Amino acid sequence: MATATSAIRVEGVTKHYGAVTALEAVSLEVERGEFLTLLGPSGSGKTTLLRVIAGLERPDEGRVYLGGEDVTDLPPYRRRVHTVFQQYVLFPHLNVYRNVAFGLEQRRLPRREIERRVAAALDLVRLSGYERRWPHELSGGEQQRVALARALVLEPEALLLDEPLAALDLQLRKEMQRELKRLQREVGISFLLVTHDQEEAMALSDRIAVIADGRLQQIGTPREVYERPETAFVATFLGAANVLEAEVLQRENGEALLGLCGHAVRVSLNGRRIEGARAQVAIRPEKIALRARPLRRTDLVQLEGIIEERLYLGEATHWRVRVGEHCVTVTEPNRPGSRADAFRDGQRVFLCWARESIVVLSR
Amino acid sequence: MWETGAKRRLLLAPAFLWLLLFFLLPLGLIVVMSFAERGLYGGVRWTFGLQNYRRALEPLYLWVYGRSFALAAVTTGLCLVISYPVAYYIALRADPRWKHLLLVLSILPFWTSFLLRTYAWMFLLRVEGFVNTTLLALGVIERPISWLLYSNFAVVIGQVYGELPFMILPLYVALERLDVRVIEAAMDLGANRLQVFRRIVLPLTMPGIITGTVLVFIPSVGAFITPDMLGGAKSAMIGTVIQNQFVQRNHPMGSALSVLLIVVVLVLLLLASRAARFASRR
Repeated sequence: MATATSAIRVEGVTKHYGAVTALEAVSLEVERGEFLTLLGPSGSGKTTLLRVIAGLERPDEGRVYLGGEDVTDLPPYRRRVHTVFQQYVLFPHLNVYRNVAFGLEQRRLPRREIERRVAAALDLVRLSGYERRWPHELSGGEQQRVALARALVLEPEALLLDEPLAALDLQLRKEMQRELKRLQREVGISFLLVTHDQEEAMALSDRIAVIADGRLQQIGTPREVYERPETAFVATFLGAANVLEAEVLQRENGEALLGLCGHAVRVSLNGRRIEGARAQVAIRPEKIALRARPLRRTDLVQLEGIIEERLYLGEATHWRVRVGEHCVTVTEPNRPGSRADAFRDGQRVFLCWARESIVVLSR
Repeated sequence: MWETGAKRRLLLAPAFLWLLLFFLLPLGLIVVMSFAERGLYGGVRWTFGLQNYRRALEPLYLWVYGRSFALAAVTTGLCLVISYPVAYYIALRADPRWKHLLLVLSILPFWTSFLLRTYAWMFLLRVEGFVNTTLLALGVIERPISWLLYSNFAVVIGQVYGELPFMILPLYVALERLDVRVIEAAMDLGANRLQVFRRIVLPLTMPGIITGTVLVFIPSVGAFITPDMLGGAKSAMIGTVIQNQFVQRNHPMGSALSVLLIVVVLVLLLLASRAARFASRR
């Protein structure tokens, strides 16, 4: 990996607040022009990491590089990254024009250039004509755009976004998601977004870094992270997952024979290491099909279970099925002719899924 | 509607009566009296003339007015410079648990009598006072500093000391309301600490600065206890002069000097409120 050209590089960053560990040896890299999302529950340390990169917090250990330059000891005003804060935090005593011009005026650029660049930035976020408005006269979405323009006008190495859409209502949030994606493509600089909303992360990101308890859990494309979650946390935080205990019967050549609910199942380890006699596997509810009778196919895993509960949710039906000691969730879309009404509680069914759908988790 | 109007009037009645009886009526009396003449034996002869104002505008009095405004300005400036860091520390830096204690401490001296505290300053500043004896004992000076007491210096010290809380409190309120995230946003956009202060903190706390300035400046211009006790014969201030006029039973002249003072202060207040409206416009 060409480390010298990455927009942001964080190496072994640790941050404590008293006895609380906010970040524990976090390392990650944001490529030039990449849209990377830090996804995690509240209190996971994702905002702290963003603030460490912005220079608003000092890490206890570790280094921060921007464009290859070590900026760990630089104050925020000497770093070429800019932040869009959760509550936008516009300057209340300055109008839209002066808000956007703030950073440029700080650099003592000629007036003509400031005017030109502010106009271009406002045009970029589609707020031309708002120059003389005051922040308190703007809606949440408009304030958001001003905050974006204010940061983007400085042409930063990377743009840091701290839950920028959390304060908007659902409709506007969807709209701003598309807007963010468009902006990022248009300006071509790296975006580092912090969110707890997995759907937002999936929709926007080139890569997602899942973070929990101050530790980086997994980093990869949305598909990788969703299809091949590394830990039980990632599997259940991103979408729903059945996490099942399995016995390790045999191990060879990157494959393993697992005892799952009394059935022997051969799975690929995909480079994951399992130790000891037991392993954890994850399987997504929508990858499982329900059948009244077992299918005559040997390439599928087929387990027998008893239906415990049915939950009709409009677009899909969620089933809870008891399989031995496990309770497995199955999701089936409600298409015409689907089995939404066919099964009753207490009925015996078969759960079928492809072997590739089983993901072995590392603990 | 009528009922709420009546209720509102009823609620306002005590304040209105109070202001009418003890503020507007005396003020009117002073304005009327300022055009009158002093009686032969100290009474008031209710005539109408501008002679008091003509005298009040003589160089002797203009000089006193000038010095009063100058000393008030110095007092206000010093109060501002001293109070701002204190208020800033209490509002933004101090541990929240200590905030209220620190605020109370900053106004604690004002729980004792103003007169008593002024006497204390006299003990500190006089020729054989604490400051001089300490400096002598330390060998910093060879003979006592004579201008510590009964001087403009002493008046300013006493005034600043007395007015400090009236500056600290409004500044504290303004700084307390300040959103720290705005400061972070400014630093994030490339402003260093000085620039953040000049472009963000100062403008956003301007209403507090103006309130504090008005609260300190106005009483300082008309102050008479401090100048009387700590000031020398040479540093007469308008408050002392006006008080003397009334003591010497020249009520019309005292009234004229007062009216003039009120007019100038009102003009300044008007300017300040204009500035405040401009500064707090968002």
